Amino acid sequence: MGELIVTILTGLSSAASLFLVAAGLSIIFGVTRIVNFAHGSFYMLGAFIGYTMVQAIGGTIVSYWVAVLIAALVVGLIGVLMEILLLRRIYHAPELFQLIATFGVILVIQDVAKEIWGNEDIVSPRAPGLDGAVEIFGQRLPEYDLALIAIAPMVLIGLRLLFYKTRWGTLVRAATQDRQMVAALGVNQRWLFTGVVFLGSLLAGLGGAVQLPKGGADLLMDFGIIAEAFVVVVVGGMGSLGGAFLAAILIGLLNVFGIQIFPNSTLVMMFLVMAVVLVFRPWGLLGKPETPAATGTEIPNEPLRPAVPMVKVLAGLVLAFLIALPLLQELFPTVLDPFVIVQANEILFFVLFAAALHFIMGPGGMVSFGHAAFFGGGAYTSALLVFHFGLPFELAFPAAPIGAALLALIIGWFCVRLTGVYFAMLTLAFAQIAWSIVFQWTEVTEGDDGINSIWPSDWVTPLVLYYLTLGLTVAGVLLIRRIVFSPFGYALRAGRDSPLRSEAIGINIRRQQWFAFTISGAFAGVAGALFLYTKGSIAPTSMEIARSFDALLMTLLGGVEALAGPVVGAAAFKLLEDLFAASEYWRGLMGITIIALVLLLPKGVAGFAQTGVGRRLGLSRAEEVRA
Amino acid sequence: MSTVLSVQNLSKAFGGVQAVEDVTFAVDAGEMRALIGPNGAGKTTCFNMLNGQLKPDSGDVLLGNRSILGLPPREVWRRGVGRTFQITATYGSMTVRENIQTTLLSHHRQINRMWTAARTLFVDEAMALLEQVGMVNQYDRACGVLAYGDLKRVELAVALANDPQVLLMDEPTAGMAPRERVDLMALTAEIASARNIAVLFTEHDMDVVFAHAHRIMVLDRGRLIAEGAPNDVRNNEMVQEVYLGSGAVHGVGSA
Amino acid sequence: MKIVKTHLLTAGIAVGLVAGAAGSAGAQTIKIGDINSYTRLPGHTVPYRRGAVLAIEQINKSGGVMGKKLELISRDDKGKPGEAVKVAQELFLREKVVLVSGSLFSHVGLAISAWAKRNKRLYIAAEPLADALVWSRGNKYTFRLRPSTYMQAAMLAAEAAKIKKAKRWAPIAPNYAYGKDAVAAFQKVLKKLRPDVTFVGAQWPGLFKIDAGAEVQALAKAKPDAIYNVTFGSDLAKFVREGKLRGLFKGRLVVGLLTGEPEYLDPLKGEAPEGWLVTGYPWYEIKANDHATFVRDYQARWKDYPRIGSIVGYNTMLAIHAMLKKASSTDTEKMVAAMRGLKFKTPSGPIMFRAIDHQSTMGAWVGWTKLVNGKGKMINWKYLDGAGYLPSDAEVRKMRK
Ligand SMILES: Nc1ncnc2c1ncn2[C@@H]1O[C@H](COP(=O)(O)OP(=O)(O)OP(=O)(O)O)[C@@H](O)[C@H]1O
Ligand SMILES: [Mg+2]
Repeated sequence: MGELIVTILTGLSSAASLFLVAAGLSIIFGVTRIVNFAHGSFYMLGAFIGYTMVQAIGGTIVSYWVAVLIAALVVGLIGVLMEILLLRRIYHAPELFQLIATFGVILVIQDVAKEIWGNEDIVSPRAPGLDGAVEIFGQRLPEYDLALIAIAPMVLIGLRLLFYKTRWGTLVRAATQDRQMVAALGVNQRWLFTGVVFLGSLLAGLGGAVQLPKGGADLLMDFGIIAEAFVVVVVGGMGSLGGAFLAAILIGLLNVFGIQIFPNSTLVMMFLVMAVVLVFRPWGLLGKPETPAATGTEIPNEPLRPAVPMVKVLAGLVLAFLIALPLLQELFPTVLDPFVIVQANEILFFVLFAAALHFIMGPGGMVSFGHAAFFGGGAYTSALLVFHFGLPFELAFPAAPIGAALLALIIGWFCVRLTGVYFAMLTLAFAQIAWSIVFQWTEVTEGDDGINSIWPSDWVTPLVLYYLTLGLTVAGVLLIRRIVFSPFGYALRAGRDSPLRSEAIGINIRRQQWFAFTISGAFAGVAGALFLYTKGSIAPTSMEIARSFDALLMTLLGGVEALAGPVVGAAAFKLLEDLFAASEYWRGLMGITIIALVLLLPKGVAGFAQTGVGRRLGLSRAEEVRA
Repeated sequence: MSTVLSVQNLSKAFGGVQAVEDVTFAVDAGEMRALIGPNGAGKTTCFNMLNGQLKPDSGDVLLGNRSILGLPPREVWRRGVGRTFQITATYGSMTVRENIQTTLLSHHRQINRMWTAARTLFVDEAMALLEQVGMVNQYDRACGVLAYGDLKRVELAVALANDPQVLLMDEPTAGMAPRERVDLMALTAEIASARNIAVLFTEHDMDVVFAHAHRIMVLDRGRLIAEGAPNDVRNNEMVQEVYLGSGAVHGVGSA
Repeated sequence: MKIVKTHLLTAGIAVGLVAGAAGSAGAQTIKIGDINSYTRLPGHTVPYRRGAVLAIEQINKSGGVMGKKLELISRDDKGKPGEAVKVAQELFLREKVVLVSGSLFSHVGLAISAWAKRNKRLYIAAEPLADALVWSRGNKYTFRLRPSTYMQAAMLAAEAAKIKKAKRWAPIAPNYAYGKDAVAAFQKVLKKLRPDVTFVGAQWPGLFKIDAGAEVQALAKAKPDAIYNVTFGSDLAKFVREGKLRGLFKGRLVVGLLTGEPEYLDPLKGEAPEGWLVTGYPWYEIKANDHATFVRDYQARWKDYPRIGSIVGYNTMLAIHAMLKKASSTDTEKMVAAMRGLKFKTPSGPIMFRAIDHQSTMGAWVGWTKLVNGKGKMINWKYLDGAGYLPSDAEVRKMRK
């Protein structure tokens, strides 16, 4: 009895901080449509700043909570800074482009936090006045848990009052429900957005600060919370505060009971919940279906045209360079050291991976947050066949795209029922489930240690492998290109541009998307297998969220609208990484560079071709502007 | 003339709103039939049930003498029902001709080919359709940059691409200049009679309606209140009341 | 399509140029590649590098080796095996290092090890704890310094076996290979010594994702006499706080793997658990083998006290130094030959790299935690030489196949 009650209360208390963070994320997304990855960083900053404030002034009960509130406010202001300096300049960029900007912010904040608060985990003191435990039916429960249980509904009520009793709140609600409405606000829109980002960031900061007495602050908090926060937002329904509250509680409770029944379930529980919810309630528990305006691309892309001569020449030159690279390296070893081949090799399979993602993201309009499942899926297909059945390279390698395609076929079947962010989140959920299977099914997959020493046959020397990678990547990119220009590709784009029209001219959009998703999975699988045979090892890290985001960032950085986007984006991303690799501050440097690129080239690096300058340089046709 | 499309006792409610109530009518081959009514009368809802986008609460829709109830829009289209939308639905990232080509590819069941460039397929057929709607000289422009009236023309060409028996046109001339409207509907009437297509259209511009409709039906709050030749409808008291009563002014065509 | 492939061209050339310039500079030094997770877990890896740098500086001051100075080139593996392999390639191909050392995560260490084997390069793993590294996946080119999961768990199990009243054990460990190995090893050794113990209600929180309240509830529900803790870092902090508040540790024996290491114990400050049996690093009290000198030098150099990572980093460089002296060559095969059976002195005591499995005999300190002046310390500790906690040669041979 007492045990049950205390278990429930424990679940509720662990839901509190998660709710605050998720509520902030939901509010920001609801109004600005920005998927703010930096939200986890704000949570982390909330914890660090909260700790510093508590150390400075938080000795008494009152001053402790003042310190917490100050931390939240400071984080809110940091959010405002991000909005004014960065996001405001790129609201009109293609959908999701802002995501890479927020990713740049994450990287910068990581380095800044490390500089300010040091390398070591910080354990925060307990809250004054709430530092003991209460006895409930003979079971002990920390007092602070009760405080947390109270804080979440208080914040929820406060937010509801704000949204239903103030003019500002009414505007926010209207903007959440109707995108057209936002545009109609004119000048006010700016301050509405700024205000919303302030509020959302403040909530993230508050979430970080109130969890201090349960643990502390460390440099891994940002990535730790962000996926969970997204799960809560999506399970609850985008833009629904009540939904986020419900979902946070649901997940909190499932966690406490889940680990009592299946102690091994800790990694996968919430993603399973999300997958189930999305399959049965595609818009979350309390969410509403997205209006078409929210899902369709608002500014139509330019028509896809065959490459202009200038681009063909450039592409030919680059290809010639890559083909000649090993020879050039031998001829000029002082200019080109042997590692250049390794770099080129690595860029190439990431180009293929990004191109695979771009195929569904660009022409297909389906943003996958979980493409690492297919990258890793392909690699693991080969690795497992070698590991368990001793298959030779010649058989195991071609099996990779088949394995990845099968996985994509299964996952895709569920995902294509959804659109927009919900689609993205369901792919993420399935990718996490796939990841946790690989991670935990040690008997078969060797768990997180991974599978080692998977090398190609002897005839595949590093040089042969380089040409194999080059050949497959070029072939893959060209093949994808070919498909994009084929009737199948047109049908895919048709489904993106206007599902309504497509359905009305006999195109089965879902099936089209499903097949495209599968094809994309197969190509990602090839990239994964190339990765495997280059590195000789595969571990679950190759399936985790970060790997999915790599591909996403590359594609966005290159420019979703351009067919060359993923090629250019992957190359740029990897070259930047290499450039900064030797620096201790590679994250900060990378973050700043990404932010600069985002601001300078809001259509992506390859989108440069479609700017005025790019056109004048002959990188793309002159194109008329919208009537 | 033979009946192509017949609608029997069609009803649909959204929550408490009875959008369409017990509507029955039939359209003959080669006939131009207008469905008019004030804003919110249920015209679009009616169309949506005809092409399978919405499932009616009750009633039946027959194409020829076979029910098409419960079929998805893409199936209904395959059986020869073309459609234009009140708010145009075209592919903004494709050129005008590519829009038509995509439709033709689907019609000829070649949409899943993965090798040949779509741009090179059904070029002549597409151009012929564009010729018909007067969009030939804009064939290479992106739909995303077209003027609204031109988009309506493209939609018409798209709707004609599968040799439909029935054409459903939801406010085909909305957003066009008055001259253009009459032209477009004249064109439609011409094609319909040449190809013997049954055309059902909604329209707020009474000039257009009375100039081209063979028969007119009037919908009010989901119910058909009148049906007949243009002159009968024009003189129907109930119709006048509905139009005046609802505040929509006769002959004003802005949607 | 490929506008920025030209970037590849220019950048490729640019990078190459830089590398070429760098490559020619270092002919007078022997370069050591160092790969570690400097951004993923800086709290552990930065002390490691400090220890390593200190050792290199001291070695160079006393004349280096083979008439040359040692140069340490550090790279971040970002906690990813694929990245680590790439970095290893960069270090060998571009920086022309003679061997690579380092790393903390097991999956990273295993990947580097597989690559080293394939490419016949020497890899001296410093901190990865996975038993597989020297046993089931051991290879000719891989050596490991730090006592492995099995060794440290075996040490704790041997001590825990002496406590007769602890019969019913509940483990809690992060849900990944290290956690699972640590529980399995402890279980195996303890059961061998004490057939009367049982294990109940194991808990597996996600690494750095512990829901501590819930885990403590679940452990309490199993009503164990003793708890075996493998959590560390932020998980440990949360676990300890929640466990104390909820009275989980009252009247129970708690055994903590690595819990006594300053990396994990010190952040807890006044809340450090008392009376736990742990492995750790009581740097403040170790006097033997000139350890005090090491501490003094370290503090002078870094204005900070050493962590377990520091001594491991320091010892790793001492091992490389001793090996190079013995091999007097930077040829990989000769270095490998020198590594096998290499004996050298360190502040933690004499160490040998066993020829049979390439595991070093570096041991660990086992003792009891206590709060001293508001800080967690280890008391009644002893240093257990690793040689005594390794499986028999026959077993090792079987595992290494
Ligand atoms: N998806 C829907 N959900 C709820 N109500 C709807 C929906 N679609 C239409 N309605 C309602 O059904 C009624 C009929 O709408 P419909 O769009 O069919 O009218 P209409 O005659 O086409 O009007 P208009 O001339 O403005 O295009 C309206 O009251 C409308 O609000
Ligand atoms: Mg309508």
